[in-house]
Amino acid sequence: MSAAAIRLDAIGLRLGGADILRDISLDIGFGRVVALVGPNGAGKSSLMGIMAGDVRPASGDVLLDGRPIGTLRPSELARMRSVLLQENRVAFAFTAHEVVVMGRAPWQGAGDGRDDVAIVEAMAAADVAHLAERTYASLSGGEKARVSLARVLAQETPVVLLDEPTAALDLRHQEDVLRIARGLAAGGRAVVVVLHDLSLAAAYADEVAMVAAGTLAAFGAPADVITAERVESVYATPVRILSDPDTGRPIVLPRRSA
Amino acid sequence: MLVGGAAAVLLVVGVLLSAGVGQLPIPASEVVGSVLRSIGIANPWTPGDPLVEQTLWQIRFPRVVMSLLVGALLAVAGAVMQSIFGNPLAEPGVVGVSSGAAVGAAASITLGLAAFGGWTTAVFAFLGGLAATGIVYATARAQGRTESVTLILTGIAVNAFAGAALAVFMFVGDTASREQIVFWQLGSMNGSRWDEVGVVAVVGVLSAAGALALARRYDLLALGERTAAHLGVRVERLRIVSIVLVASMTGVAVAFVGIIAFVGLVVPHLARMLLGPANRPLLVASLLGGAVLLVYADLLARTLVPAADLPIGILTSLIGGPFFYWLIRRSRRRGGGWA
Repeated sequence: MSAAAIRLDAIGLRLGGADILRDISLDIGFGRVVALVGPNGAGKSSLMGIMAGDVRPASGDVLLDGRPIGTLRPSELARMRSVLLQENRVAFAFTAHEVVVMGRAPWQGAGDGRDDVAIVEAMAAADVAHLAERTYASLSGGEKARVSLARVLAQETPVVLLDEPTAALDLRHQEDVLRIARGLAAGGRAVVVVLHDLSLAAAYADEVAMVAAGTLAAFGAPADVITAERVESVYATPVRILSDPDTGRPIVLPRRSA
Repeated sequence: MLVGGAAAVLLVVGVLLSAGVGQLPIPASEVVGSVLRSIGIANPWTPGDPLVEQTLWQIRFPRVVMSLLVGALLAVAGAVMQSIFGNPLAEPGVVGVSSGAAVGAAASITLGLAAFGGWTTAVFAFLGGLAATGIVYATARAQGRTESVTLILTGIAVNAFAGAALAVFMFVGDTASREQIVFWQLGSMNGSRWDEVGVVAVVGVLSAAGALALARRYDLLALGERTAAHLGVRVERLRIVSIVLVASMTGVAVAFVGIIAFVGLVVPHLARMLLGPANRPLLVASLLGGAVLLVYADLLARTLVPAADLPIGILTSLIGGPFFYWLIRRSRRRGGGWA
């Protein structure tokens, strides 16, 4: 294991005269699930946009598997990292299956015969095989999110970026998505996932990166990052941290008056 | 496959009918005979009357081929626009690309320009169409999508401006150029010549081949442009190339036959209903369907009113207008709004 999957070195980003991100450095290794957490507007999506190569930082370097991201051609990049955006819409009446097949586009001409297997596996993992022939537009919010996830899985890239993949999902499918992320990491991929639910992040991530007001407030193991003091200061709300009786992972509970 | 076969049959029948029907009726057998002889196959159906031969080769065939080409081009241009705008209501006539092209063409005639010889009108129509497409594209799109309302409003603005510009050229032009401009506004296949057909064919084949080569990328664009980019599409380049393709297909069609609206709306829409939204079959079906539609439309235009040549643009608008209305109603009901 030589290069990190993603290396951010002193990243800064300015948009419209405002500092969106300041001096962010972190390494994300292959085989790891990293949760990106932080309050609304802290810069999580911007940071993810930088890792995806969509947004060029004003300062600092981004290395993807050791290579400066700016030097990669779009077609190379598409074979290295896949991205699930928060909002996914599909114009025209494409079916769920057609949408997942589009995830294979970067591998067109690769001649590895992986397409069919990858599509079937991705649809099974995201639990959308039964939706294959439905048009995307006719699906519920959670079903759309899972079909889009299947599209990302079908892309089979070593780096997987998921921006709030659980937002529209029920309890079971939330857990499913994070289990899928763990499975990807077990297969040697690097997974970065933006989450709002701190307990969910703590339960599944190897490392948690907490972003606050454009800076990296903390980066490390969940139990080290998710402490009552830090969460209270970053989120400006009182919390209590419990320990999951089964796993020992932290559970974040807002303090509520009786 | 079935759809393709049906389209091919319709096409052949349409061509035979269109070549045969007119002031001088010519039986289908003689039409076939004349075509066969022209490619060096001796056959018993060759027409004996030189007048028939002359009518076929100097009047009917150029007109029929022009209808086929223009129909195919407009339908493909419509399908491409719908892909890059991410909106099924985008169409060269509706959003003003055709009027922009007509302004370019009118400018070249009224000002007596001849910089590019026989291609001059086509080149100026292309430039006018390019400007209009660019304006609509820059105004109507936000985050990779186009809201119908913005698209239509932009189209109204572009069409209004182009209408005024055409009026100016009519006002300052001489009688001959005025007639030309009126002709564009209505659209007609009347008086198509082989040299014009040649220009349309060259531009058409190149542009249609270009659009087909991009078909898979248009599919990915349906996911939104950020996601398309994540899948390796160079979105910016795809847009620019597509705008040039739309402008050249629309421009070359408008330069010689005028504004024929709604073909690019109706044909891809029907094709999508029959075959689904995937762009490779969609573009092929649009190409065939557009050709079929305009051959029959032109046949109707020539024969509907006895001893008169109805401008074909009137006919397509009479059919396309209500269709467009129905599409808007339907997309409103479905989307629950103007999404």
